[in-house]
Amino acid sequence: MNKLSVIGLLSLVIHRDLVLAMRRRADVLTTLIFFVIVVSLFPLGVGPEADMLRKMAPGVVWVAALLASMLSLGRMFSADYLDGTLEQMMLVPQSLSVLVLAKILAHWMVSGLPLVIMAPVLGLQFDMPAQALWVLIAALLLGTPILSMIGAVGAALTLGLRGGGALVSLLVLPLCIPVLIFGAGAVEAVVSGTSVGSHLSLLGALLVMALVFTPWVTALALRISME
Amino acid sequence: MVPWFAWSAAILFVVGLYIGFFVAPTDIQQSEAYRIMFIHVPASILSMFIYLVMAGYAALGLIFNTRLSSMMASALAPTGALLAFLSLWTGALWGKPMWGAWWVWDARLTSELILLFLYLGFIALHASIDDPRRADRASALLAIIGSVNVPIIYFSVQWWNTLHQGATVKFTGTSMHVAMQQGMYTMMLAVWLYAIAVSLLRVRSIILERECKAQWVSELAEVTR
Repeated sequence: MNKLSVIGLLSLVIHRDLVLAMRRRADVLTTLIFFVIVVSLFPLGVGPEADMLRKMAPGVVWVAALLASMLSLGRMFSADYLDGTLEQMMLVPQSLSVLVLAKILAHWMVSGLPLVIMAPVLGLQFDMPAQALWVLIAALLLGTPILSMIGAVGAALTLGLRGGGALVSLLVLPLCIPVLIFGAGAVEAVVSGTSVGSHLSLLGALLVMALVFTPWVTALALRISME
Repeated sequence: MVPWFAWSAAILFVVGLYIGFFVAPTDIQQSEAYRIMFIHVPASILSMFIYLVMAGYAALGLIFNTRLSSMMASALAPTGALLAFLSLWTGALWGKPMWGAWWVWDARLTSELILLFLYLGFIALHASIDDPRRADRASALLAIIGSVNVPIIYFSVQWWNTLHQGATVKFTGTSMHVAMQQGMYTMMLAVWLYAIAVSLLRVRSIILERECKAQWVSELAEVTR
């Protein structure tokens, strides 16, 4: 059999993961609905005063996106780990980092991208202005892949452990705090009129750094967890 | 070795606190409340330093596969976490009279809080994996990833406009009164020695726990008695 190129391997694994996710559509939708419910809980908790909600909105949407990402992390490697596919994947001649990158991208497409699409609708719930909604989409578009990537490291470290989602969240959320700060900061900057570019460029920088380091670190973590 | 460290730590604690509370003069701007600096500054510096030492031991354990390095890393973690917590707590106690607030979300306080979470995450991950080798290596990876936070804490007062004051002691000299300096350095040394003493005691227990099936353990005086 011919050896697959990097692109070939990437598309193969992404295609497989997407097909598997489509067979379990409920898992995907539950995360999305969790996102919507969490965002809707905040106005019920703090009261419907429009000014306060408008100020809170970027932070609330971002925190909910973070929590929804944490929820979906368990799905990234556990199914393959349980049926033995992960072990086989670790034996391929190509680098494990490529495979891991493909899995992270597929996971983002299935859990991060729906959040990005849903977010402006939820922003309208908080009466955010149109400009802020665009920046929210852009920031989430840059930020959710970073969350998936950092989450992949956590998921790989906690492969097969009891302790559930709480342990992964405890490990991953402190590392995701910069993404939260710059992401929510970008939307607040556009609302208050200051420069948005700085926050978005820092998010972009974090994305590039995560793209470079996390597949390799996740592969390392998988090898540690699978020995 | 432990008694040497423990006694030195105890003596230096007494000396340092004496200097801090009685000898050092009253600060012009902050009157008496500044004296909490003698606990806050050493705790903060040591919490960062211990994290780096812990990550270093963890890296050694990961690279060279030595068991003792990982045990030292696990032994350092609770002390580091305690010091990080103390740093935040004493900082809050200092902040209330100085800034009027128990807590502000500025860069240095937030990154020190993240450091506390990283310590707790390290301890939690190690505790939740049953196989000791896998636990050591997984938490080592986590410690190394988290060590990027320490330079952020250290440089946060330079990079951002923060409420927390900047560095008073630089390589070029300091504007602090001599007695204050002496008190602070003494306390720093005291906390450092305490951390070493406690970590050595802790690693002793970890070794005994892990090696409980070995022959040398069953031959120990404490066990055979």
